Amino acid sequence: MAFFLEALLGGLMAGMLYSLVALGFVLIYKASGVFNFAQGAMVLFAALAMARFSEWIPQWLGLDNKFLGNLIAFVLAGACMFVLAWLIERLVLRHLVNQEGVTLLMATLGIAYFLDGLGQTIFGSAIYQIDVGMPKEPVFLLGSVFEGGILISLEDVYAAGIAALLVVVLSLFFQKTGTGRALRAVADDHQAAQSIGIPLNRIWVIVWFVAGITALVAGVIWGSKLGVQFSLTTVALRALPVIILGGLTSVPGAIIGGLIIGVGEKLSEIYLGPYVGGGIEIWFAYVLALVFLLFRPQGLFGEKIIDRV
Amino acid sequence: MFYRENGQFKTSYRADQQIFPIAQDRWAVLALIAFAFIGVPMLADEYMFRAILIPFLILALAALGVNILVGYCGQISLGSGAFMAVGAYMAYNTYIRIDGMPLIVALLAGGFFATLVGMFFGIPSLRVKGLYLAVATLAAQFFCDWAFSRISWFTNNSTSGSVSVSNLSVLGWRIDTPVEKYLFCLAFLVVFGLLAKNLVRSAIGREWMAIRDMDVAAAVIGIRPMYAKLSAFAVSSFIIGVAGGLWGFVHLGSWEPAAFSIDRSFQLLFMVIIGGMGSIMGSFFGAAFIVILPIFLNQFLPAAGAIFGVEISTALVSHVEFMVFGALIVWFLIVEPHGLAKLWSVAKQKLRLWPFPH
Amino acid sequence: MTKKIGDVILDVQNISLRFGGVKALTDISFNVKEHEVRAIIGPNGAGKSSMLNCINGVYTPQEGSISFRGQTFKHMNSRQVAEMGIARTFQNLALFKGMSVIDNIMTGRNLRIKSNLFLQALRIGPAQREEEEHREYVEQIIDFLEIQAFRKTPVGQLPYGLQKRVDLGRALAMEPKVLLLDEPMAGMNMEEKQDMSRFILDVNDEFGTTIVLIEHDMGVVMDISDRVVVLDYGKKIGDGTPEEVRSNEEVISAYLGTSH
Repeated sequence: MAFFLEALLGGLMAGMLYSLVALGFVLIYKASGVFNFAQGAMVLFAALAMARFSEWIPQWLGLDNKFLGNLIAFVLAGACMFVLAWLIERLVLRHLVNQEGVTLLMATLGIAYFLDGLGQTIFGSAIYQIDVGMPKEPVFLLGSVFEGGILISLEDVYAAGIAALLVVVLSLFFQKTGTGRALRAVADDHQAAQSIGIPLNRIWVIVWFVAGITALVAGVIWGSKLGVQFSLTTVALRALPVIILGGLTSVPGAIIGGLIIGVGEKLSEIYLGPYVGGGIEIWFAYVLALVFLLFRPQGLFGEKIIDRV
Repeated sequence: MFYRENGQFKTSYRADQQIFPIAQDRWAVLALIAFAFIGVPMLADEYMFRAILIPFLILALAALGVNILVGYCGQISLGSGAFMAVGAYMAYNTYIRIDGMPLIVALLAGGFFATLVGMFFGIPSLRVKGLYLAVATLAAQFFCDWAFSRISWFTNNSTSGSVSVSNLSVLGWRIDTPVEKYLFCLAFLVVFGLLAKNLVRSAIGREWMAIRDMDVAAAVIGIRPMYAKLSAFAVSSFIIGVAGGLWGFVHLGSWEPAAFSIDRSFQLLFMVIIGGMGSIMGSFFGAAFIVILPIFLNQFLPAAGAIFGVEISTALVSHVEFMVFGALIVWFLIVEPHGLAKLWSVAKQKLRLWPFPH
Repeated sequence: MTKKIGDVILDVQNISLRFGGVKALTDISFNVKEHEVRAIIGPNGAGKSSMLNCINGVYTPQEGSISFRGQTFKHMNSRQVAEMGIARTFQNLALFKGMSVIDNIMTGRNLRIKSNLFLQALRIGPAQREEEEHREYVEQIIDFLEIQAFRKTPVGQLPYGLQKRVDLGRALAMEPKVLLLDEPMAGMNMEEKQDMSRFILDVNDEFGTTIVLIEHDMGVVMDISDRVVVLDYGKKIGDGTPEEVRSNEEVISAYLGTSH
């Protein structure tokens, strides 16, 4: 029983990390109708920026204080994401207004490749560490109920907390602010939004910047846990099934979808894995998404897709 | 003024419908094919065969398959690597497990199994499209990655996880040297190219394009979306599967699942986008471009770096490769969504005036 | 020469169509006689296109049924409808933008092409013969619609008026018994309208095709239709010959508004 709980909690935590990445996808889709295949590349790029800046800043400024160094690195990385968002809008999105979804999807695929190459060119391609002071030692809970207690990684708990905070902030942003409303209008219909005076360009820069910050947070957390390396981009591919499950337009859906996938992967690996040779994690999320696509394409919380003639 | 159809009148619909109605085109293509079969083997060296020509031929075949699904029928697919894998592994099993199995039959059998897998994972296309369909095809990709690594039947219980074939021959003619391999693949490409071209200019090709352009209107005309989409998946996967078999048997000789990973899927998709979606020629252009570009960068960048006194490592070259691919994809999508094939036909239009300015 | 109008070929009975809370059509009933030209008119949003979509199988009405040549259906399946001989054009032109004029019209012949995939790949025997036969039929349609010069042009590059003709051509290629035309003259100038009217009347005359026509131009409607149905806010408010409908009080107030 203790083992099951451990696996469950481990799955929930892993799921939370997926959700963080998925959040970026949902944001951009919700606010511009574009599906951003480059989200994973953005996570890697942001994580690389953070890792390297936190290494270089103390050298450039002769700083001793770790916390201050990290803070400046974070801000600098955030600024990079802003420049990135601005460039993407300027060079790519502006020219593809009102193209079909498939064209935009493939364009973001191109951006993903470009970012992969760029990030590694600027920041290097070794494995880097991010140390933002996350606790590394595991903690044992409920030692009195279960013998030996249940193993929990405090780092994961922190990550979950940060992700939850981010979700709350973003949900409030979308629902309560004027900019949030404008973003939802743009997602609905580019041309219509333009015709009522919403500045498309600025909106897009804002959206991609917010998604970039989400990517940065996700990158810092993942990077802190796993080290920053190229395989982070494959993490993004794991986030796709999350949004299929949760619904492409739903922020809470991204969280719940992530939790389901995280738990599902862990439990299926432990309980089903031995029968089929292990390694189920590679495809479990995707096959689950496949099932959803056949029976409920809009996911648990997404909007139904209607085609008008 | 040389490239004109003056005086070329067609007196039957059959003549008007042929693949190359303009006589100059016909001659040019026939000359090209003759050169490919006769001239190239005399001129190219082993490196060119191994590194450029053979990969080009096989990947062009695979790109042809992908183009039918993505370019002609408008169904996005990120699982092409998986279909190549199915083709390769099933061709392998057919070849190894059945005594006296002819090579070509084994390769076609690989294609057949790829067709089954392709049609299965194409079923979601009846319900969803765009990104959602992309995710479904990714399910195919990851599932196949896993199946060929973990289910030992596929690798004939090999301990190392990789499989290999050797001593290939067709009707007594050995396929050993680079030239023989090259001619073998060339034959496949020419035959499949012709079949594919026939398909896309027939009723089924029009059905595919109708589904791509406006599936609701297609239904109203009496086209069955299910038949059209699944047939596109079927034909496409068959061709990709055969290409996979060729890649494993002829180009690699021995392989592991990683040869058909998601990177391969992306690579094929890029070939189709850059070469031209909905164009047979485009598949060839795209394949040539993507095969040659890394080689070009590998030679050019360090040389350019040396001029400026900058050392360019191989890692950097591969990063730049990524950047160039990504930038090109975006550039083509913005400027010329119909890819190199469109640029080519625009050039031909200009050629009709040459040497006059207007 | 008076046209011989036959019996009822299409009968719409008590059709109601809802989208969520919006009632697009409420209890619509009317019939169409063979060989006639039946116009459906009404202000924008009256449900005219929705009515055609129901006949076509694009929408499924919640209530009511449709009878075609004696067979009654609760809902129509698009392919079945096409096989039965009902073709249509679309208000917003549902042409296949990536294909040429010939190919677009050839798609209308799809139901009649029987050769399978393998024969088509090899392009021999029946496959080659069918391609030529149907090409010949399509060329006749192209002659009829006077668009010979554009036959190889990708449809997306043609001006609007010509695209409308291709839309008509594609529907004609299906050799339909009933032709549903959804605002075939929208966006045309006087000359183009005259051409289009001529084509429609020729089709009705030469092939005896029954025409159901949605149209806003009253002059055209009065001129070429035999009978008219008037819809307003999803309800039928008039049904009869053009003269009867023109003097119908309700119709007048729907179009011109009344003073309260």
